[in-house]
Amino acid sequence: MKKFDIQNVKDTRSGFGAGLSELGKTNPKVVALCADLTGSLKMDAFQKDHPERFFQVGIAEANMMGVAAGLTIGGWIPFTGTFANFSTGRVYDQIRQSIAYSGKNVKICASHAGITLGEDGATHQILEDLGLMKMLPGMVVINPCDFNQTKAATLAIAEYDGPVYLRFGRPAVPNFTEADAPFEIGKALLLNEGKDVSIFATGHLVWKAIEAGQALAEMGIDAEIINIHTIKPLDEEAVLKSVAKTRCVVTAEEHQMNGGLGDSIAQLLARKNPTPLEMVAVNDSFGESGTPDDLMKKYGLESVNIVEAVQAVLKRK
Amino acid sequence: MKKHSSQEISNLSSQVRRDVLRMVHGCKSGHPGGSLGCADFLATLYFNVMEHNPAFKMDGINEDVFFLSNGHISPVFYSVLARAGYFPVEELKTFRKLNTRLQGHPTTHEGLPGVRVASGSLGQGISVAAGAALSKKLNNDNHLVYALMGDGEIEEGQNWEALMFAAHQKIDNLIVTIDYNGQQIDGSTKEVMGLGDDIATKVAAFGWEILHMDGHNTQNIIDTLGRAKALVGKGKPIFIIMKTEMGYPVDFMMGSHKWHGVAPNDAELANALSQLPETIGDY
Repeated sequence: MKKFDIQNVKDTRSGFGAGLSELGKTNPKVVALCADLTGSLKMDAFQKDHPERFFQVGIAEANMMGVAAGLTIGGWIPFTGTFANFSTGRVYDQIRQSIAYSGKNVKICASHAGITLGEDGATHQILEDLGLMKMLPGMVVINPCDFNQTKAATLAIAEYDGPVYLRFGRPAVPNFTEADAPFEIGKALLLNEGKDVSIFATGHLVWKAIEAGQALAEMGIDAEIINIHTIKPLDEEAVLKSVAKTRCVVTAEEHQMNGGLGDSIAQLLARKNPTPLEMVAVNDSFGESGTPDDLMKKYGLESVNIVEAVQAVLKRK
Repeated sequence: MKKHSSQEISNLSSQVRRDVLRMVHGCKSGHPGGSLGCADFLATLYFNVMEHNPAFKMDGINEDVFFLSNGHISPVFYSVLARAGYFPVEELKTFRKLNTRLQGHPTTHEGLPGVRVASGSLGQGISVAAGAALSKKLNNDNHLVYALMGDGEIEEGQNWEALMFAAHQKIDNLIVTIDYNGQQIDGSTKEVMGLGDDIATKVAAFGWEILHMDGHNTQNIIDTLGRAKALVGKGKPIFIIMKTEMGYPVDFMMGSHKWHGVAPNDAELANALSQLPETIGDY
């Protein structure tokens, strides 16, 4: 098992903030909108440096999505910022009609995704957002794994012409990808080559998958670990190539089973190469209050859960 | 584009209304009532008021742009766009039929020239128009953004978010008109969801300039939009309350909500067309 060095421990939302701040300097067409969560989204630096390109919309997310759609008409590239719940479920129809169906170049940037928002509880957490967004025709859906990758993704989506959902989180997590590694939308990243099982992970679960891989190696199980930062379009070639070798799959994500990464991969494999598959994800449940660590344990999203899923799927191979 | 006179626009409106009725009759669906009611306004906007280029460019830079929030009155929007030269008039006959660019509600998806955002799910147009108006300010483009919404539509909460936002941001290059016909699908707006009679005070309290307009008097529309333009750049968005009658001027269609979303049958179409002179030529 390959070694991964933790450079530091940082929140992915700060990666977004750093990326947006850099875009402010490098891309004069980028504008930002925020629904009264500028500090939480780490958009303050952009606001301070480019007040003429920053729009505070207040607690009015539906309007924010419409205004963002309008700003694209005339060539601006709007980045909207609020929590993932208020970036998706609250404004689904606005995104659907004014952005996705209208083909507008809006970047929907969503923090505090999943259950690791923590103590605020299920009203502010969301475990359905990937599913909601990937259902929209033409929507690109990205869920990077650490600070560096979130920053890189933020820079990359400004170069892409079309609607994008970029999902990141609140807690500090290991920052292990290379600082300046290029980010290619739709390209899965092979983190560790292995032959016994394919582990496809996204977001905060990528590091958990690496921890699981280390534990599995000690048990003599050689896991292939792939970071699926782009849920849609899914890198089908990378998935099929890995599965052709390993013949069994575990998916891992901080999301519902319904509609998430595991669902996408299961669909692909059912059509192209039926393969035993286990999902590490939340099973048809809302979250609740608690510390992020306690919640990840209670909802079965830890490395130990990935290890157990691997053991289960190996028996079905 | 040449500025048409009030009389020329009235002639055009009669043709547009014939288009509307023939379109909804042709596919046995669609929304004639509000379309008829807004024919004079849209014809005036596109043939006298707006500086616009039928050689359509999505970015709308250096021209006035218009957003239709109440997308169900697509027949009148499509007719006016076609008559203004955005696409062939013959294409009106494809309205709501398979593989058409003239979808039931307007959309950019099929690339119809003249449409800059999809609308139909109500309450979203003012937000989009406000964003486009901000875009013009960022581009130092002195042209204006116009939008039309329905009075039933204002029941959607997003409108009130947008009203608040546009005033707060001093979006003073935005002219929103509300089609104040007092009707919606289930009945009169008073019966369905009373807004009180004084929408002017409500919107003014949000910080907008308010104007009133007779939506069936083309000279009054020209004059009122002229007054609106004179208010541009003074720190407030502009809201025009346009009194219209749903179904105007077809006698059996006026005065109720019944013709909101029903197509006329053959006899009803003939009756309605007999009340509307063919001034330019049917498609």
